[in-house]
This record gives sequence, C-alpha cells and structure tokens, in this order.
Amino acid sequence: MIQNLLDGVLTGAIVSLGAIGLTMAMHMLRFANFSYAELMAIGAYVALVFDRLFEALIPAARAAIGPLSLNWALAAALVVAMAATGLSAVAIDRLVFRRIRQRAGPLSMVFASFGVALILRNLITLIFGLKAQLYSQEIAFAVILSRDPLILIKPDQVFVLAAALALMLIFHLVLTRTTFGFALRAVAENPALAQVAGVRLSAMVAAVWMIGGALSAAAGVFYALTNHLAPTMGHNFLLPVFAATIVGGIGSVHGAVLGGFIVGIASGLALQIMPSGYVPAMPFLIILAVLLLRPHGLFGEEQA
Amino acid sequence: MSGPALTVTGLEAGYVRDLPVLRGVSLRLESGSLTAIIGPNGAGKSTLIKAVAGLVPVTAGRVLLGERDITGLRPDLMQGLGIAYVPQTDNVFRSLTIRENLALVLRRAPDRARRLAQTLAMFPPLAERPGLRAGALSGGQRQMLAMAMALAIGPSVMLLDEPSAGLSPKAAAEVLELARGLTGRGVSILLVEQNVRETLRLADHCYILAEGRNQIDGPAERLRGDPVVAEIYLGGRRVAAP
Amino acid sequence: MIGVVSYLAFFLTMAGILAIAVLGLNLQWGNTGLFNGGVVAFFGAGAYGLMILGGRPEAGQFGGFQLPFPVALAGGVLLAALIAWAVGILTLRLRHDYLAIATFGVAVAFESVTRNAEWLTGGAKGLRGFHRPLEAAIGDPFLFSLAFLAMVLAFLAAVYLGLERLVRSPYGRLLRAIREDETAARSLGKNPARLRLAAFVLGSAVMGLAGGLYASFYAFISPQDMAPILTFQIWAMLIVGGAGNNRGAILGAVLIWAAWTGSGFLLARHAPAEFQLYTGTIQYIMIGLVIVGMLMWRPQGLLPERLAISQTGGEAARRSASRDLTGRETE
Repeated sequence: MIQNLLDGVLTGAIVSLGAIGLTMAMHMLRFANFSYAELMAIGAYVALVFDRLFEALIPAARAAIGPLSLNWALAAALVVAMAATGLSAVAIDRLVFRRIRQRAGPLSMVFASFGVALILRNLITLIFGLKAQLYSQEIAFAVILSRDPLILIKPDQVFVLAAALALMLIFHLVLTRTTFGFALRAVAENPALAQVAGVRLSAMVAAVWMIGGALSAAAGVFYALTNHLAPTMGHNFLLPVFAATIVGGIGSVHGAVLGGFIVGIASGLALQIMPSGYVPAMPFLIILAVLLLRPHGLFGEEQA
Repeated sequence: MSGPALTVTGLEAGYVRDLPVLRGVSLRLESGSLTAIIGPNGAGKSTLIKAVAGLVPVTAGRVLLGERDITGLRPDLMQGLGIAYVPQTDNVFRSLTIRENLALVLRRAPDRARRLAQTLAMFPPLAERPGLRAGALSGGQRQMLAMAMALAIGPSVMLLDEPSAGLSPKAAAEVLELARGLTGRGVSILLVEQNVRETLRLADHCYILAEGRNQIDGPAERLRGDPVVAEIYLGGRRVAAP
Repeated sequence: MIGVVSYLAFFLTMAGILAIAVLGLNLQWGNTGLFNGGVVAFFGAGAYGLMILGGRPEAGQFGGFQLPFPVALAGGVLLAALIAWAVGILTLRLRHDYLAIATFGVAVAFESVTRNAEWLTGGAKGLRGFHRPLEAAIGDPFLFSLAFLAMVLAFLAAVYLGLERLVRSPYGRLLRAIREDETAARSLGKNPARLRLAAFVLGSAVMGLAGGLYASFYAFISPQDMAPILTFQIWAMLIVGGAGNNRGAILGAVLIWAAWTGSGFLLARHAPAEFQLYTGTIQYIMIGLVIVGMLMWRPQGLLPERLAISQTGGEAARRSASRDLTGRETE
C-alpha cells in the first residue's frame, strides 16, 4: 500500500512535468495534441545519445553522482536533451502545425497531431530499435525504509522527485515573478488583448513549445532513469498526461501539476484493487469521473 | 494643432473575406484632439477602431501614423509606436494583479519601475491595492486600470472603444473627463461612443458612420446644432431651422 | 488462376469491410466534424460482440451463446453503439477535443480489457470458433469466399446508400450546418449536442458492423487484430478519399488497403533480413506521412465534398467567429 503510494507519487511527478506544457499548448492553440507525449520519448533518447557521447569523450564523467546511478555525463545530457527537445517541439510546430492552423481549424490540428505522433514514435523505433534500453547497466540498489510492510526506495527515485519538484518550482516562479511569465499568462487568458499589450504571439507560441519540450524531456529522462527507455514510452504516457490536464482544467498550470499527482497516485493505488494489466486504463476512468462530476476540471474555466 | 496624428483613407476591413464591414472610411485625427466616432449599431465603429489597431484584417485603404504607413501592422508593434488601444470589454487581464497588468505593458520599458509607480500615482484607487487581481475589481476600477495600461506606455495616440459602456453614469462621466483631460497633455484620442449627447459636448471633432461608410462629419460644436443629427441621435427633438 | 481470383476476393473482402468502417467515420468527421481517436474500439466492440454472442461455448469462458449470425452481428453493432452513446453523452457538450481524448481513452481501455479479461475476451489468445454463415451449406472454400465477398459488398452498398440518403436529407443538412456554424444552428432552435450524439452513435455502430464482419470473416479475433494502427489506417483512408464524400471514403479504403498490402509484400520480399522486424514500423511511418501530408497539401482529399454549405468551409467560418489567436497573426 505505502509502496504503491510512493511509486504513485513518483509517477505523478513525471506525469505533472509532462502535463504542464500540454495544458498550456492546448489552451493557447486550442487543440488536443496527440503528439505531445512523444516529446518525452524524444527527450529520453536524445539524452541517451549525449550520455554515451559525453561518456566516450570525458571518461571522468562516468563517475556516478553520490549514491545515484545518474552520472555526470547523463546529468549534462539531460540539459542538452531539454534544449534539443524544446527546439524539436518548435520545429515540429513550424513544419506542420503552424501551416495547418493558418488554413484550417483546431480539429485539423488534432488530426495532424495524431499523424505526427505515429511518425515520431516509429522513427524512434527505427533509429533506436524496439528493445527497451537503460542509461546505466549498473544496478541501483534500493534502500529498505521498512521491512514490514516492505518499503523500498531507490536513491534515483528520490533524486527524480526532488528534481521534478525543483523544475516545477522554477517554472512557478517564472510565471509569477517575471514579466515573461505575465506575458505567458496574458496570452493564455486573452490572446488578442495580449497582442495589444505588446506581446508578440508567435514568440509566445514558440516559448510554450520550448518550455513544454524541455519539461517533457526532463520527464522522459526521469522515467527512463527510474524505469527504462522504450519507443512506446511516449504513447504510454499520452493518456495519463491528457488525464492530468483534464483533471486540472485545460490551461491551468497548477491544475496540471495537481492533476499529474492525482493520476499518478491513483494509478499506483489502483494496483491494490485491480490486476496490473488494467492500470493503463486508469487515466481513462479518471477522465470519465471528471467529465461526470466537474467537466471543466479543478481549476478550469468554462470555454466553448 | 499641427497636422494629423492619424489619417485613415478609404479603409475597407472585415472578419470574413468578401464581406467587408467597413466599405471605405476616411478620417483625420488631429494632434492633441479628441475625435469621436458615433453612429447606429452595426455601423462599423468598433471594427474601424480595431482595424486601425491591427486586429481586423484590412483589405483596402491606408492608415498613417503621422507620415508613417501602419496599415495592417501587427498589434504588438503598434504598441511600440505609441498607439494604445483600449477594447470595450475584456480590456484587462483578470488573472493578473493590477501591478502585473501594468508591468506587462511596460515589459520593454527600460525604466519600468519608475513608470509603473508614476502610472499608479495617477490612479489613487488602483495604487491602494496594487496586488489585487484585476478580476476582483469593480467595472469602473477595471476601466480605470485599462486606461492606466494604455497610459503607462506614454502613448501619442489612444484608441478608446466605448470606455463608458456598462459603467454607472458617474463612472462614465469620469472616464470621459479623464480622456478629455489627456488631450491637454498632447495625447490624440480617437473615441467610439454610444453616448452621443455627452460625446458631442466633449469632443473636438465628430464622425458619424452608417453601414460602414462616412455619413456626416464636422466639429462637434457644429454637429450639436445640426438638425439632422439632433433628429436622429438626440432623442428626436424637433429643432427649428435657423 | 483460382489463386489470383481467390486473392482478389480476399483483398476486396477486406477492402469492403474497411470501407464500411471508413463510411462510419465519414459520418462522424466528414459530415459532423467529430474527431474519433478510438475507431479501433468501436470496430473491436462489433468484432468481440459477435464472437461472444455467436461463438462456441468454452470452459471458463463467458459467452459462446451460439446465436445465429444476424443476431450476433446485431449484438456487436449494439455494443459499439452503446459505448459510443456513453462516451458521447459525457463529452459532446464540451470543447470539441474532449471527444478526441475520451475516444482515445476508450481505445486504451478496450485494449486492456481484450488483453486481460480472459473470462470475457480470451485474453491474448483471443476468441475462436465461430460458425460462419452458410459455410457448411456452400462447402467449397473458394465458392464460400466469393459468397462472403458478395455479402460484404451488399452490406457496403446498403451502408453507402443509407448514408447517402441520410446526408442529403434535412437531417444531413442540419449536421453540416452545425459543423459549420454551431451558434447559428442553435439560434434556429436546434439542439446541436443531441444531433451530434446521434451522428456519433450511428457512425460508431457502422464501425461495429465492419468489426463484426471482420470477425466473422476470420472466425477468430485477438488483441493482435485490434492494434491501435487500425484507427490510423481508417483515418488515412478517409483523408485520402476525401472527408465528407462517401464515394471518396470507399475509394480511399481501396487505395490505402492496396498500398498497405502492397508495401507489406514488397518489404517482406525485398527488405534485408535484419530489417524484417521493422517492416511494420516503416509502414506505420508511411501511414503517418499520408495523414500529415494530405492535411498539409490536399486536405479535401482526392474526391472533395460536394455538399458543403459554404465555400470557405466550416472551420474557417467558425474560426473567424471565435477569439482565436492563430488566425489573426501575420508572421
């Protein structure tokens, strides 16, 4: 029970990170982006490439950081992956979504994102193979917190939780303390007025993709660090991040964070009552519950 | 008054292609004047002001700021040129505080803190609680904040879309008086108003639009005495011909 | 010779079944503007519904009622319609993309049920043992395959004619009117949510019919048949053929199915051995490219819609009316 709860909190942190950018992009561009979660996979695999590269170039970077299986090479690769994934997200928008939204409406974008997801996922499969991979072959030993009930926790998991919370805190401060953050919030609330107030919309759209890509990449690396890398990881996170945005209310960053933890913890606890094969459907049940009880989410505003 | 601050010639604009709302409107906003646009509902008053602000696609005609052609310029660049547009509704960011709303429009200003303080000082009710979310303000205070956001950038031209709509008579009069007062400081104001009587009393010059075209224009003083205007807009009072 | 004809019969049977599903999707997307991200679930509901009702009883397995083919098929259709109704009622009054997310969720949930609920769906090994209609009476497998093809084509013709009548009727005009300008339709006193729900349920029932035919064709169904790619394939068929045009939907089904089987054949034959594992991956990328490419360069498809109400198209009209940041900006 407590073990499942702990695992759920960890999953929740990853889902939250993934959902932050999605909720902003969904609100700003008014379409459900089915290719969004693929950014997590892109981030995780870009980090894999740079991790290997840095390890080969700088042998000293192979040293693990403290008790973690994370080494300096991977830490540096994480930063590179965040930037690269953000840029990929901007590039995909320029290449595909912007062209479509100039001519057609939001539903065509939903449709296009569906196709983009398929392309991205299978390109990753083609490049990196179907097999699951690990950043480090070294076994990360778990620390026993309690023997009865048995509760195990790995140092990596503690790091991931702390790092995810730190990233969320930084983004919260950006939103609430900087004029760039005010501009992001302004565009989310009223794009036309934001323009009048001197905000360049195309720059804000790019910024949202950049931030969303970077946070998703971090989420992808964190997942891969505590589990493994697989080309399907983006697809598997798609429903959870959608559920998190719907629970929180589309457009609410704080809602997405809370929603992510709710989805993660609920999926963890679901293991108590249902076989693990059904856990992928848990976010769907949460979506249904929200639609029944509070269709606009916890912090969402009603919109047509 | 030295030359026009804003010149609009033959402007055609609309929301849907082949269905223009404006069908060739021309006007001059003299520097330091308060020029009003009035007309019946659907005449295209708001569309005109939005087209000037760059928010509605312009299909023909030109908008000049002084000598500079600004037709169809992106709205965020308009702000940089000193044009401030205050929409009729939804003219402040409700989820941002008063201070954040002002900081946002002053985002690119090098002396942001000083200007923010100056602007707040002009509006004591706002200065009292700068940390309050704009969504929690009353209608009159919200309009005040919208005006403050426009003024913060030190505009040369202000475009006001029915600033008195939905306000109490007292608040409405205050907003119009505020606009009037600003022209004394060199700001040129283009104003759309429903309240014809009050507008004709305050404005320097007035344009009457109907069906997307110019109808009558002239100094407000003259239009006040114009029997046709009186007939249509001032309550159907019969005015004896001079 | 018989080899060629029998392959052709197989090809056309599958193309016909998929075309029925595409027609169902066309009613939802093409005529009503609803995005269904879980086509496979409604197709699968028809397939599993048929197998559970019409299959042979097996130990430890729910179902196997051995109901006659028409009843079992109708049961599958009903199951698909019921799922659609439940999802639709929850989402159709909300922002348009809630339906997309919820239907995608249905597909994920459906997949976990087919993989895990062994008592109901047979789990990974699937369900088998269905008496195909008239198979015993006809006897000869080749003749039977032709007869089955004839049945599929008859169903396809019936669905096509029915939908053609529907979209030309006042009801069909109403659906397009809602798609293009919901506010105007509402002001005429129409209830858009209810009309859309009806179109969504009917479209999903048609997909269920296709799924039922698919399952009876193979007399076997497993989670392998219900892979998520099916949703993408059916979408690609619709966008290639032309959303809003029923003939285009059928054309797209034949073209994409030909491209799919053809590319599969070529890859299996000519791709290097170490690459064989990834032939599906390459085909998936192709489907994705077809979808994105069509949307970018020829969104109206090969056969454009003939019944559109406005020339500018629905979405453009809707966009200009809403406070949408994307339309106004010139970059």
